[in-house]
Amino acid sequence: MAPRTPLPVTATPTPATPATATPATPTPVTATTARGLVREFDGRRVLDGLDLDIAPGEFVALLGVSGTGKSTLLRALAGLDRQVTGVIQGPENVAVAFQEPRLLPWRTVLANVALGLRTREPETAARSALAEVGLTERAQAWPLTLSGGEAQRAALARALVREPGLLLLDEPFSALDALTRMTMHRLVLRLWQRHRPAVLLVTHDVDEALILADRVLVLADGRITFSAPVDVPRDPNRDQNRDRDHPALIELRHELLRQLGVSQEG
Amino acid sequence: MPRITDVPVLPPASTAPDQAAEHPAPAPPATAPGRPQQPDQPQRPNQPQRPKRPKRPERHRGHAWARLISPVAVVLLWQLVSSAGLVSAQKLPPPLTVWRTAVSLVTTDSPAYGTLQGAMLVSLQRMAIGFAFGAVVAIGLALVAGLSRVGEDAVDPLMQILRTLPLFGLIPVFIVWFGIGELPKVILIALGAAIPLYLNTFAGIRGVDARLAEAGRALGLSRTEMIRHVILPGALPQALTGLRQSLGVAWLALVVAEQVNANAGLGFIISQATQFLRNDVILVALAVYAALGLITDALVRLLERRALAWRRGLLSQ
Repeated sequence: MAPRTPLPVTATPTPATPATATPATPTPVTATTARGLVREFDGRRVLDGLDLDIAPGEFVALLGVSGTGKSTLLRALAGLDRQVTGVIQGPENVAVAFQEPRLLPWRTVLANVALGLRTREPETAARSALAEVGLTERAQAWPLTLSGGEAQRAALARALVREPGLLLLDEPFSALDALTRMTMHRLVLRLWQRHRPAVLLVTHDVDEALILADRVLVLADGRITFSAPVDVPRDPNRDQNRDRDHPALIELRHELLRQLGVSQEG
Repeated sequence: MPRITDVPVLPPASTAPDQAAEHPAPAPPATAPGRPQQPDQPQRPNQPQRPKRPKRPERHRGHAWARLISPVAVVLLWQLVSSAGLVSAQKLPPPLTVWRTAVSLVTTDSPAYGTLQGAMLVSLQRMAIGFAFGAVVAIGLALVAGLSRVGEDAVDPLMQILRTLPLFGLIPVFIVWFGIGELPKVILIALGAAIPLYLNTFAGIRGVDARLAEAGRALGLSRTEMIRHVILPGALPQALTGLRQSLGVAWLALVVAEQVNANAGLGFIISQATQFLRNDVILVALAVYAALGLITDALVRLLERRALAWRRGLLSQ
């Protein structure tokens, strides 16, 4: 990950906090913590002293109505915003998948995945990452010839091939059709299970958050205003998917919608 | 033929039938249309190589022929009008006369004109030197201005001023500064070529999709990698558009520059022919200018097709 310049980032690996799982990756286990993040746009405080903790290997979903600064927070954690103040501490390897795939159209899919990879054999690593997302056949294709789902899978492969300790997903499924989105949910869960990065999924889809995440957060007024674990068992036979009609999920869904200011009555 | 059973260059006999069974149709587009550069799938090294470039659809060829009809008709009409004596053959020589003149200009080294190919080489050389000089300077300046704010502040205002100057209005000044030899001609061509190429390359660099640049930063690309993988390829389409524009301007600049005291080249032939009232010779020289312009434009388009192959996928969908 690029150095996050103005932030006093201490990259010292913190002792492994009791996590939901121990990552299989050899990278040092580091929790992500953010303290007192502030970001203003033209005098408007989008992030206002925000604190955030993500345990290693934890899958966290971040909800919030439009314009609350979800993407701002994600960009800050990715080190892409140099005007955020506060302290961010986290794993060295942070990877991002954006809402649009953002593949370089003038590089093949394989070259896109291998781009900037500092491992010894980037091509081999990229190939196996593409195999993991089921894109072996399209390795030499130009990105513009991919379907929306394929392109987003390639973007996921590009993020995962870096073996990130923290994977940031910025509404990566929102532009996909419903069926492709469901396939992608299972793919993400499968990949998360195998590589065990901590995940911060920014989404506006409450159901998506409830199906995928260990914990759901709500961002409002520049801070995390709500945090709740999703205590519903995952189905190991369905790539750790959850039954979306589980009573506890329905209850949590009501609470989240209330937190987001969406009334259930009427 | 019993003796050539074990020719080493042939693929092993066992794999060939398998593939025939797997791919009954010749080379199915297993991947995607529009990416013919890498036809060899690494998984199937024995697969017959697809042709480097797919054949253009027949529709396109027929279309190309259809486009020839109207120009040919105009030439025929021109010939008929001339043969019927409706226009003066001196003012507008008929196509056949122009053709014969062209042949004689090529085959005979006349004291008045020299040879056509000799003149063409002289003009081509002027063009090549001027254009190469202008292009190198333009791309260099566009990189300096495009890749740094300081560079932009230093270079761009000057280029913006230069672009507003009327190119051909500079000729008298150039004559004073550089005389009437080769130098002012080459500089005029270089300047004409440099302006559109600079403007487009600079705009191309600055117009690179910010979201791709952000993705590049998220991937931890170094500055050099960023320029190599994101900025330069992203600027290439517009830079190539600029290249075509600048070629057009450069040819124009050549024609105008050669009107100024040329003692060799196509412009010299034209000024000689003007004195002898030989419009047929002028038409031949103009046709050579046009042909050269067409050829260089076709070369750039070929370059575009190669360098921007990644776009063809988009076009073919």
